[in-house]
Amino acid sequence: MSAVLAEKPDWRKSKQAIARRQHLLTHLVLILGGIVILFPIAWMVSTSLKAPNQVQQFPPIWIPNPLVWENYIRAVTIFPVPFITFVWNSFYLSGMNVIGSIVSNTIVAYAFARLRFRGSRVLFLIVLSTMMLPQQVTMIPLFMLFSKLGWINTYNPLIVPQFFANAFYVFMLRQFFTTIPRDLDDASRIDGCGILGTFWRIILPLTMPALGIVAIFEFTGSWNWFLGPLIYLSRMETFPLALALSYLNAAYRVLWSELMVVSFIAMLPPLLLFFIAQKSYIQGIVVTGVKG
Amino acid sequence: MSIRTASIGPGQPRRPMSMRRREELVAYLLISPWIIGFIAFILGPMVASFGLSFFETNMFSWEWVGMKNYTTLFSTDVTRSLFWKSLYNTVYYVVLSIPLTMVVGFFTALLLNQPMRGRSAYRVIYYLPSIIPGIAASIVWLYLFQPEFGVVNWLLSLVGIEKIRWLQDTGTAKLVFVFMSIWGAGGNMLIFLAGLQGIPTELYEAATIDGAAAWRRLRHITLPLMSPTLFFVLVTNIILSFQVFTNVYVMTAGGGGPANSTMMYVLHLYLVAFRQYRLGYASALAWVLFLLLMLFTALIFRSSSLWVYYETEVGGGRS
Repeated sequence: MSAVLAEKPDWRKSKQAIARRQHLLTHLVLILGGIVILFPIAWMVSTSLKAPNQVQQFPPIWIPNPLVWENYIRAVTIFPVPFITFVWNSFYLSGMNVIGSIVSNTIVAYAFARLRFRGSRVLFLIVLSTMMLPQQVTMIPLFMLFSKLGWINTYNPLIVPQFFANAFYVFMLRQFFTTIPRDLDDASRIDGCGILGTFWRIILPLTMPALGIVAIFEFTGSWNWFLGPLIYLSRMETFPLALALSYLNAAYRVLWSELMVVSFIAMLPPLLLFFIAQKSYIQGIVVTGVKG
Repeated sequence: MSIRTASIGPGQPRRPMSMRRREELVAYLLISPWIIGFIAFILGPMVASFGLSFFETNMFSWEWVGMKNYTTLFSTDVTRSLFWKSLYNTVYYVVLSIPLTMVVGFFTALLLNQPMRGRSAYRVIYYLPSIIPGIAASIVWLYLFQPEFGVVNWLLSLVGIEKIRWLQDTGTAKLVFVFMSIWGAGGNMLIFLAGLQGIPTELYEAATIDGAAAWRRLRHITLPLMSPTLFFVLVTNIILSFQVFTNVYVMTAGGGGPANSTMMYVLHLYLVAFRQYRLGYASALAWVLFLLLMLFTALIFRSSSLWVYYETEVGGGRS
């Protein structure tokens, strides 16, 4: 390497030095930014292990000493209902919504991508236009409808609508379907497969990666969802983790360690999912241009 | 495609017609979940919400009030209506947050859009704030901005700045949410990065040979080709930022304080609807929000011909 460098004329050497310095500067800026971004998360973990008298110290204590693991036990037993209820509720909400959105959006998107029917273009435009709709404009009548149905303090208002397709996922899956060559459909149709047979045997297996993206998006979205559960759930045994955390924050504002413990627990599943599936995740954002 | 069009030949008019019709039938069947959902959960409620805005109701008693909800809403008397106050707060937040998150996101994307080690690691780290539950993040930020023992005030004390009361001071409370939105700029960054990677490198090479410096390459290649992405991000950011709720609700204990200085539009709407049960008035608020967002979006779309550059082959970095 050095021999190669030595043969090059001087101006190139200096240019390379500039490039290297720029490179270093880029990393420096990015690392600084990374520290700013990671700090609150690290601070959450650190605070979750602090003794009560260290939580409110100024200047702050960076690494708690001693590490108070009992905080974790105290935090999960502070609620009047078993903590596992919240965890289960969150998984139930996310799981059901994953199922609902995969089933409904796949078939709707398939029809829009592949089948020819009158009004398809207009209908798809309507799908796209609903992507931009602020949910507040439907929130109140839906609340009235669902309470008339006796669905308050149940998960129905939070789950049932997800079984009726969602504009973002329809759009995303349609994009994926259109990348699958049509020759495959035609070949399978010639071989005697019907429309649904073609969908089931040919298209669906090829769409698995896209369905994976829908699943992780929907899981994270439902897991982190706050406003919906806040409106419909008021009995504590129905709370998902997000609401349990909100309750804890409202009831015990000064129990910072315990708040951080529950925050940390609530953060773990989406975080782990993101680390495992980050490639699909980022691909999904790139396709739809929508951030989480 | 080719088979279906070819099969509608003049020779056999009946069978292809029935195949077309069958395909159509199956299609309507397949999209029926969306049609039902659209009518039941979007169109119906939207119309109902418009109707409701002329009533005052808590679901048990109903009273037709005509335009009264709207006249109250637009009243400038703060004791009667927090509409202007909450709109001002929200616009204040949006106007500061969007340029900052877009510039930070764009700048980070530019840095990451060059060959380097650890690129995917940076990408993951910068996106993390968008993954974690908003409420968990809000609690940590609340802790960071505690006036007495928060880390932010400690950092400021290092450079000799007195303790700021942040969320308890009407002058600084909104800024905390602006800072928090910049923390989440990684979402924009990812979309920008995807757009940047769609720009052909030959353009830069040609420009460099022609002697264009970095700034001119940015100004004359990157920005024009990125303008559709910038446009898209601007529109979605405006719509989403206007709906800021979770962190404000959590960090102000659901109150929008101090002195309503963090009373954001949707928080106000939520409190009116689900704390005061003034469902008619809240519907009026919701419709005005909807119309405002439509208006802003339309204005941006109108302005787009001035600054958004579309080139059929190169421009679409997002698909």
